[in-house]
Amino acid sequence: MELIGKNISFKYSSSKGYLLKDINVKFSNDKIFGLVGDSGSGKSTLCKILSAYIRNYEGNVTLDDNNLPKKDFCPVQLIYQHPEKVMNPKWKMIKILSESWNVDEDLLSEFGIQNSWMKRFPQELSGGELQRFSVLRALNPMTKFLIADEMTTMLDAITQVQILESVLKIVKDRKMGFLLVSHDMDLVSTICDDIIYLKDINNV
Amino acid sequence: MMNKLLDVENVSISFIQYTAGLNQRDLKVITDLTLDVSEAEILAVLGSSGSGKSLLAHAIFGILPENANLSGTIKYGGKVLSQKDKEEIRGKDIALIPQSVNFLDPLMKISDQAIGYTENDNEKKEKKIKQRKIFEQYNLGPEVDDMYPFQLSGGMARRVLVSTALLSKPKLVVADEPTPGLDQKTVKETLNHFKKMKEDGVGVLLITHDIHAALEIADRIGIFYAGYVIEIAENKDFSGDGENLLHPYTKALYNALPANGFKLTKGHQPLHGEIPKGCPYYDRCEIRLDKCSEERPQLINLGNKKVRCFKYEDGV
Repeated sequence: MELIGKNISFKYSSSKGYLLKDINVKFSNDKIFGLVGDSGSGKSTLCKILSAYIRNYEGNVTLDDNNLPKKDFCPVQLIYQHPEKVMNPKWKMIKILSESWNVDEDLLSEFGIQNSWMKRFPQELSGGELQRFSVLRALNPMTKFLIADEMTTMLDAITQVQILESVLKIVKDRKMGFLLVSHDMDLVSTICDDIIYLKDINNV
Repeated sequence: MMNKLLDVENVSISFIQYTAGLNQRDLKVITDLTLDVSEAEILAVLGSSGSGKSLLAHAIFGILPENANLSGTIKYGGKVLSQKDKEEIRGKDIALIPQSVNFLDPLMKISDQAIGYTENDNEKKEKKIKQRKIFEQYNLGPEVDDMYPFQLSGGMARRVLVSTALLSKPKLVVADEPTPGLDQKTVKETLNHFKKMKEDGVGVLLITHDIHAALEIADRIGIFYAGYVIEIAENKDFSGDGENLLHPYTKALYNALPANGFKLTKGHQPLHGEIPKGCPYYDRCEIRLDKCSEERPQLINLGNKKVRCFKYEDGV
């Protein structure tokens, strides 16, 4: 399975210069990839392009030679840094989770999600607990490629290990692709097989 | 030994919360927080985000919301602070560096906010000169004075908040999460500001969830877990395999860092209002005793260090 970005360029309509210029990237599911760059360098923008959240870019993104779908479930899923921003604050956790798919009990306990959390609202859980839900939502069986954009930056070191270990296990079991975006070099070099520096591939 | 500036003893903070209908409950967010900061010392309080550690800063400055209950004592220079005292010394002897520029007035120019309230034009001119001087030290050109908060970049905003806090030449600075959302270079720059304050004899209380930042500059680190300070360790204890760290949670946290083995520890911090009867770390602890499930350990004083664990009742 391959996720390929070809000649990707992007500029915000308000700015003169390009943020991303002629970027060529190729990700496969036989390695864990890491993407590193300074803040403001366009890491998150590139992630959003690769997962079809931004569509007005130049170039082409394909997953196994197919363009990403314009509607329906996108096989490339993005996990953000702040889980509370992707959840409806007026929904309880059970509804937020089942919005994506019916997660089985085994997976819930694998991620350390307690049954009592299901009846709570997002603001009644901590960042680490919410991020577990947000990751599980993205692990829908239709997901082929997972992009984690600073997924564990707001979490303490112990929670970071817990979540990443669970995710990597599933990624390997299901033979999914995984891209970890982070500024933490120790973390990236610990878990990634291949590290990409945005400044090396960005031709601005 | 330098003089003690701030002494926080057994502080607890709770909120009155409505549950169903008119039923109320008292939700404890901080149960027992004890720490102290001396002159020319940086003490970091390390806790996960959302754990309520920012409330400590708000308690010191007397800016807690109205439905909050504060108990315990907060002393400054050996004197117990009342709400009135806090209002008197804040912005003078003690200064707060808030989390983000969101704490600034979006419709007011930067220099006017830094100067604050003035009685007359003369005072304003005097303060303006002082402000310009300190902004210059932090590489903020004259053009910054007339900017509005939204025009500042992350690093500039941080420098504005730091230099504004230092304008009154405080003896103690409390910094609330100064590093998140900044790139490596700006983080480094921000941390250097604190090092410089320390050199100038200022005491710094750094409230953060970023263990790297804490280890980079702090002399001592207080570990905040489920509403308690469970250990106050010296910076040098965070080395090797963490064998000099005392509390099992601190050890687990240290060994979970990617550079120190990325070791998995199961379980999660109990939520506010669900903290067990005994030790808050009981269900995850590898060295727990029978009494730990029933009795809450007190913070044990071990010279410069402190730990909340029955294992160390007879010393280390």
